[in-house]
Amino acid sequence: MALDEYTEQTGGPADEIRSEFTKVGTSPDRPDGIDKVTGRARFGADAYAPGMLHGVIVRSPHAHARIVSIDTSRAEAAPGVKAVVTRADFADGQSGEDWAVMENVMAGDTALYDGHAVAALAATSLLEARDAARLIEVEYQILPHVTDVDEAMKDGAPVIREGAADNSVPAGMHPNVVRYHSSGHGDVDQGFAEADLVIEDHFVTAATHQGYIEPHACLATMGGDGRAELWCCTQGHWNVQKLCAATVGIEQSKLRVTASEIGGGFGGKTTVFVEPVALALSRKANKPVKVVMTRSEVFRASGPTASTSMDVKIGMKKDGTMTAARGVFRCQGGAFPGAPMEFTSMCAFAPYALKHVSQIGYDVMTNRPKQAAYRAPGSPMAAFAVESVVDELCNKLGLDPIEVRLKNASRMGTKASFGPTWDRIGLVETLEEAKAHPHFSAPLAPGAGRGISCGFWFNHGGETSVTMAMSEDGSAQLMVGTPDIGGSRASMALMAAEELGIPYENVRVTVADTASLGYNEVSHGSRVTYASGLATIQAARDTVRKLCARAAAKWGIDEDAVTWQDGCAVPSGPNAGDFDPLPIDRICRVMGRTGGPIVGHYEATPEGAGVSFATHIVDAEVDRETGATKVTRYTVVQDAGKAIHPTYVEGQFQGGAAQGIGWALNEEYVYGPDGRLQNAGFLDYRIPVASDLPMIDTVIVEVPNPGHPYGVRGVGETSICPPLAAIANAVSNAAGVRMRQLPMRPSRVLEALEDQD
Amino acid sequence: MRYHTPESFEDASAIAAGAEGVTRYLAGGTDILVQMRSDIVTPDDLIDIKHIVGVKEIARSDDGGWRIGAAVAGAELGEHDGVGADWPGVVEAMELVGSTQVQGRATLTGNLCNASPAADSVPAMIAAGATVSVTGPDGPRKIAVEDVPTGPGQISLVRGEVVTAVNLPARGPGGGDAYLRFTPRTEMDIAVVGCGISLTRDGDTITSARVALGAVAPTALLVEAAAAALVGGTLDDGALDALAAAAEAACNPIDDKRGTIRFRTHVAGVLARRVAKIAYDRAGGAK
Repeated sequence: MALDEYTEQTGGPADEIRSEFTKVGTSPDRPDGIDKVTGRARFGADAYAPGMLHGVIVRSPHAHARIVSIDTSRAEAAPGVKAVVTRADFADGQSGEDWAVMENVMAGDTALYDGHAVAALAATSLLEARDAARLIEVEYQILPHVTDVDEAMKDGAPVIREGAADNSVPAGMHPNVVRYHSSGHGDVDQGFAEADLVIEDHFVTAATHQGYIEPHACLATMGGDGRAELWCCTQGHWNVQKLCAATVGIEQSKLRVTASEIGGGFGGKTTVFVEPVALALSRKANKPVKVVMTRSEVFRASGPTASTSMDVKIGMKKDGTMTAARGVFRCQGGAFPGAPMEFTSMCAFAPYALKHVSQIGYDVMTNRPKQAAYRAPGSPMAAFAVESVVDELCNKLGLDPIEVRLKNASRMGTKASFGPTWDRIGLVETLEEAKAHPHFSAPLAPGAGRGISCGFWFNHGGETSVTMAMSEDGSAQLMVGTPDIGGSRASMALMAAEELGIPYENVRVTVADTASLGYNEVSHGSRVTYASGLATIQAARDTVRKLCARAAAKWGIDEDAVTWQDGCAVPSGPNAGDFDPLPIDRICRVMGRTGGPIVGHYEATPEGAGVSFATHIVDAEVDRETGATKVTRYTVVQDAGKAIHPTYVEGQFQGGAAQGIGWALNEEYVYGPDGRLQNAGFLDYRIPVASDLPMIDTVIVEVPNPGHPYGVRGVGETSICPPLAAIANAVSNAAGVRMRQLPMRPSRVLEALEDQD
Repeated sequence: MRYHTPESFEDASAIAAGAEGVTRYLAGGTDILVQMRSDIVTPDDLIDIKHIVGVKEIARSDDGGWRIGAAVAGAELGEHDGVGADWPGVVEAMELVGSTQVQGRATLTGNLCNASPAADSVPAMIAAGATVSVTGPDGPRKIAVEDVPTGPGQISLVRGEVVTAVNLPARGPGGGDAYLRFTPRTEMDIAVVGCGISLTRDGDTITSARVALGAVAPTALLVEAAAAALVGGTLDDGALDALAAAAEAACNPIDDKRGTIRFRTHVAGVLARRVAKIAYDRAGGAK
């Protein structure tokens, strides 16, 4: 979820939470499955248009450089070239995030990071375009750069942009500190004085990339009249519409955006990178233009997550009671404001009911690409620091890590570290399930270590619009506006089928384009099964009311006297009249002459997204001669509220753990002294391969969310909150030395072991 | 770019000898095609040798060794019982290259001629005492594998020369070889350090040995001092310590994103110990 979009979730609809289901809670095949395994699914790069050109973007090789001049004349004369664009070909006058997106999509006066776009061209073939791109001559004046968060805060560090800070930043900070967060309650010094043991440590995490399989890709068509169409892989096409309209300078309704199938996003496809460039090229060439990022461009110029430098201090009594906690979280998010430091701060101590707590966050700019959301942005790093200190306290005091967490756990009615009072939450239930799981009591092999961690994510609601259109045969067509990034079409179909009382297979779910449905916020914040699900249920109930009305009219009774049962309208009781059940297909077959098409809909901004907690258990082994680590056993326990499609819920749990294993052990953005990215490819940016992962066991806890008709809580993000800490605790316990820096690559572990000896 | 499909190595050699500009040979293509796609190299002449008769054959040589054609893929080598029985270290090294898909294409010859210091099969071939057969303007010759790479991306062959096959010597009695590499991931990765060892035993005593290291210097190294630490002994702790010390002493690595000098040097010693034990057991008859 974008930083400016978090609103406290205040509660949901008054409906009772349904608990009896016939379809929800089963795991049928996903409707998009056959297309995906046979190659028929159409992703971002799979669209073609007559006369289509290929666009290529020219990028800065420097970390920080003033653009003195750009000479495009040789490129314009090159074979096949139809259009060249620079910043002058885009709209100006944007403000706020629109301005930042414009500046990031195409540099203005200054290239702010290695990979920053400075020009683009379109040609009749990709080869011609690539050849011509080398003919664009950019004269740079190289400026001093900084890529490290701590270095960027120091006196004398190169300033990324004067005046970028907002008024939250305390006086006297370096201009690269652009936003500040402070929250908490109580008196932490008093709390630390009450402790028997206080541990304070410093922690560091590297920037990591979401690592989605599919690179950013789009096909843009724009005419001289400003009317445009865009096909792209995105997590949110209304946001693409908004950002593209602002950057190319057209009204939003002139641009229709269609979301392709998506090969992974994890937050990284919640904004735009190549889309405005393709539109600007198309407008200038008056031809369709396709732009597909290479993997190297994805690493250099899309939106990885923040790197962090953190200090955490926690006090504990001998009986395990936490007396106070304080955290300072410095997050760098590249050359623009937006590192998720307030989420880092707010999530840090969320699992604990603390009398005295304080958290401070700094958003720091550096010469790196503009960060984007990555699965629970900011939370995994905070958990790494906090849960490492909790583990160390447990070790030093000889306490059981789960008992200590249970003793201090946030529960319904306790005050959250960031302010609100918890509604019904499931942290204790995940800890109890973890404690009871055979994994937690299994003996460890000699030299192996076990780690425990909790994690927290807010979850989100957001603007949502859904339409359900009935077909004449009684099957249903559901239009949602949230791109399916985790099997959500299956979940929507299950919920719709449940309400209508028709088979799962009789619901077709389509991700509608921006011209076909009301506004929908991006698929982020683990909001889709919650918010689009809620809207689907309400749209189905709206449809059912209309179906019942047709039956009432046929029977000549009040609409209130008809209810819906197992796909049929039935009289609500003996007093309503004696009529045979009227099935959905018979109502729909004649709908044209009984009042017209039957369509249900629902539009709202639901605010009852229930928060979610998880507890992870990890076993790891360390090769003490090489520093290599191996995760040997992994168990995820997480509160899903209600699992609509349990197999895909488990998939989300496992996916978060898998990404967390990569983040913890090997993934990192490596910058050289020249400020250039050293590992812009999957060879040296090491996401785990299948053989790096153990079987990831899952336990679905269901503590219903009062804000959803079925009790659903988002599940997509919470699963990546505990892994960094749980793995670090396991590795630290196996190695006998505390690992305070990620990734725990072999050389780093070996050095820690050698320093210990 | 001109694409050629000669039907003999003599023709291939003649095309290369007469070419100007950048010339590359295409066998498996798992390096050259990637380099072309990444704009690292754009050949003026690309000479595809896969149409040459016998280029994908594995044959027993007159001396009892093996002749492995220049376009034999890793997967074909892995499925060949004879080579695997004689030279399991060479086969396991080649099979570490890339993925299952890459194994369907990648070749020993390509892995050597790409001249990456981290190439997995090269230390194993050097340890085995392998040579390559070369055809060129001055006729055929044989070159020891360790004499082929001269630096990262550089080989000793002259314009017009082309490798036709890799020759593995006769294994002989009491021999065993092995290869291990260190990578941060379990697979789909590039060696931070690689080590190949081949040795022969008479009873428990090592009678000859060759030790090679990869990714610790501009080219794969034949470390004679490390071999000397093994010969005449029974692989006791003293011999292993001397082996590791000699391996570490031979290292001349760089600090880069894949590993530090300190880490590479240390791991070279660790791997040498582990590889020697496997080769020793294999030489003693272990499978």
